[in-house]
Amino acid sequence: MGYKTIIEDNIDILVAGAGLGGTGAAFEARYWGKNKKIVIAEKANINRSGAVAQGLYAINCYMGTRFGENNPEDHVRYARIDLMGMVREDLLFDMARHVDSAVHQFEEWGMPIMRDPKSGSYLREGRWQIMIHGESYKPLVAEAAKKSADKVFNRICVTHLLMDESKENRVAGAVGFNVRTGDYHVFKSKAVVVGAGGASNIFKPRSVGEGAGRVWYAPWSSGSAYGLMIGAGAKMTQMENRIVLARFKDGYGPVGAYFLHLKTYTQNCDGEEYESKWFPALEEMVGKAYLDTDQSHVSHRPIPTCLRNHAFINEVASGKGPIHMVTMEAFQDPHLEEIGWHNFLGMTVGQAVLWAATDVNPKYENPELTTSEPYVMGSHATGCGAWCSGPEDISPDEYFWGYNRMTTVEGLFGAGDAVGGTPHAFSSGSFTEGRLAAKAACQYIDDGKAQGIRVSDEQINRRKEEIYKPMEHYKIYRNDIVAGSVNPNYINPRQGLDRLQKLMDEYAGGVTVNYMTNEKLLHIGLKKMKTLEEDLEKVAAENVHELLRAWELKHRHLSSEAVIHHTLFRKETRWPGYYYRGDAMKVDDDNWHVLTVSHRDPQTGDYTMEKAPLYHLVGDIEDKELAELHAAAKEA
Amino acid sequence: MPTFVYMTRCDGCGHCVDICPSDIMHIDPTYRRAYNIEPNMCWECYSCVKACPHHAIDVRGYADFAPLGHSVRVIRDEEKGVIAWRIKSRNGETDLNLLAPITTKPWGQHVPQLANQPEPSQEMRASQLLYNEPKYIRMDDGDIHTLESNGLEMKEGVYH
Ligand SMILES: Cc1cc2nc3c(=O)[nH]c(=O)nc-3n(C[C@H](O)[C@H](O)[C@H](O)COP(=O)(O)OP(=O)(O)OC[C@H]3O[C@@H](n4cnc5c(N)ncnc54)[C@H](O)[C@@H]3O)c2cc1C
Ligand code: SF4
Ligand code: SF4
Repeated sequence: MGYKTIIEDNIDILVAGAGLGGTGAAFEARYWGKNKKIVIAEKANINRSGAVAQGLYAINCYMGTRFGENNPEDHVRYARIDLMGMVREDLLFDMARHVDSAVHQFEEWGMPIMRDPKSGSYLREGRWQIMIHGESYKPLVAEAAKKSADKVFNRICVTHLLMDESKENRVAGAVGFNVRTGDYHVFKSKAVVVGAGGASNIFKPRSVGEGAGRVWYAPWSSGSAYGLMIGAGAKMTQMENRIVLARFKDGYGPVGAYFLHLKTYTQNCDGEEYESKWFPALEEMVGKAYLDTDQSHVSHRPIPTCLRNHAFINEVASGKGPIHMVTMEAFQDPHLEEIGWHNFLGMTVGQAVLWAATDVNPKYENPELTTSEPYVMGSHATGCGAWCSGPEDISPDEYFWGYNRMTTVEGLFGAGDAVGGTPHAFSSGSFTEGRLAAKAACQYIDDGKAQGIRVSDEQINRRKEEIYKPMEHYKIYRNDIVAGSVNPNYINPRQGLDRLQKLMDEYAGGVTVNYMTNEKLLHIGLKKMKTLEEDLEKVAAENVHELLRAWELKHRHLSSEAVIHHTLFRKETRWPGYYYRGDAMKVDDDNWHVLTVSHRDPQTGDYTMEKAPLYHLVGDIEDKELAELHAAAKEA
Repeated sequence: MPTFVYMTRCDGCGHCVDICPSDIMHIDPTYRRAYNIEPNMCWECYSCVKACPHHAIDVRGYADFAPLGHSVRVIRDEEKGVIAWRIKSRNGETDLNLLAPITTKPWGQHVPQLANQPEPSQEMRASQLLYNEPKYIRMDDGDIHTLESNGLEMKEGVYH
């Protein structure tokens, strides 16, 4: 194959994938590494890549400490409640204490953030969310990254990390290919920050046919962050913690602003509130610690997202669907009506298209909601990702091995969806994590930890051969058949993706089985996953574009395999509404109040699973309430 | 929803090819104009629509659930810093013009060049601070939040 090999040498910090996490990393790295060589390798065009390509209408993670609104520990407490306890509180606290500075910088750079005319603080959509005109969110953060980076390589699909051959378990850069020219790119780097995002399209989507790209998380979120890090032998955490979303049907339009700002609410086909009737039985399943039906309206404790999904799923299964979002009241106010539409145009245009196509006018008709297929990611209301070190001033020993956001592979850092145990980071938190990772990566290099890295030509050539194998395979076997896509010697990437999605759906708890799985099913799933892996050695790519799809598929496969292993390991139903272990339908705090950690041996592909301790650094009671209690106690 | 390109408007400039995050806008070798090669991997993100200088790209809702006859058009103007949308429903009853700002400042000029910032001190390197902090991160403009400053203690890990 006549593709050139292009080597970029002497890089200090390579950013692999520049979405919100990656742009944050590239930007900040320049400050701490004035003379360092900072390079970005991005699969698409950095100006419109990743989950924020079409913009956002809200920043979902902002404390407002400056305005006296929230403290970092309030956010930790919130995320912990929402994730049924399973979070890395050190990483969350760290993200939350820095996130405001990122948001204020966005405003200084020109992002239109709405303000509350009375208080002067940012206009709140909810306790943690602020409203923005964020159509150009991604071009804006891309600008910051481009100003800091020495070089930006767009259209590079990073396929593998390079490993140091002089010291075991140390990263040495990455390799990939140019999605346009087909050229082979080698990046030799002292440290790598992976910001390659979460995974959509690993479970069969509800959408079919032409609409299959209409997924909630972007179809280009290929699980590459996980594929790259798992492939390099980094430990992963909470990969079982996939997320299911209640969204507007078919268009996947966001509901946050509708619930929080427009004050719309949901009801079943009979126009009834339905959530509370499912809660007593659910309380039995999860225990009073997670859902207290008597206390919840008094305590204002938020009800975890998964548990609200559970009520939704059960209501529909009992024949009381569809669930409607009651918009007809709010939309009578023309101002709110406008916000309702802007909310879609700013981040999910397809929902506006769908309503226009189906003549839905939310002023006169309450639109339908539905629960989505599961997604694997780590920055929304879920925490899949790599097992990373926390910052030294907060992290307990088991969570700390030298450098903030460094994975268990030396010199390999993560940000955003790549980092596990940090749900509710969203866009701003992901950017912040990138900044934290970059500072730590500079420190890692300055401490001399990246000295003596050696990468042999053998490794570089071996990867090259591996990368182009799907194209070679196509060339060899294409002419065995007359025409068409049915070939006994290969499958194409789409066929492979369909197989993966069907398998994950049916065995790992997708939509068609109502999110249900169990040990037996998962074992069958794993077996099928292995044979799919064998077939992926025979995936065929007709051209460079298909080669991109082939490698996305391989990354999705690695992510999915980790999901099954983790789901098998955690023998309980921790998040009813995200998925159910039919053979262990309850929350089991006696055995599973822990984080799950996996390791895949890069040589053998074998998995080992372990439990990691869960540290609760933050007390249960809100600071404000605590102060009131103290005051009351003093008076008494 | 998936994009398509009007034959008479496209001049093959390739802006859409350059921007599509899904790598699915390609130039047709025969007609030398762009088209969507993989509609079922399109996120209707409108990145290509916004980028097309000739407004040659439009979107037709996914065939499997969106009836024909609607339109959502957009013009994005970086100079003026605004984006304008027009939504027309199938039955014509909804016809909305919506305008939103996309920036408050001239494009890109207010993003700092960190290479020109003063070198951070050793003390700052050793601290938990990031660039431009502690500005904005707490009410009293003091130092960064720590467990101690927030009155928190390290607790035993729960390990069953
Ligand atoms: C519909 C929707 C609505 C949302 N709403 C909000 C909201 O209102 N507020 C909010 O704050 N957050 C919101 N989010 C969440 C937010 O977008 C994510 O939390 C954030 O973008 C995650 O950042 P990331 O850097 O991990 O991933 P991404 O931003 O997705 O970046 C990943 C990057 O890696 C690149 N990449 C992938 N694979 C490779 C590879 N193999 N090689 C090289 N590069 C690669 C991608 O092209 C991309 O640029 C929303 C997300 C979605 C999808
Ligand atoms: S940007 Fe517009 S004019 Fe240019 S190739 Fe694409 S569709 Fe054609
Ligand atoms: S709408 Fe987005 S995904 Fe679809 S072709 Fe255009 S840029 Fe690509």
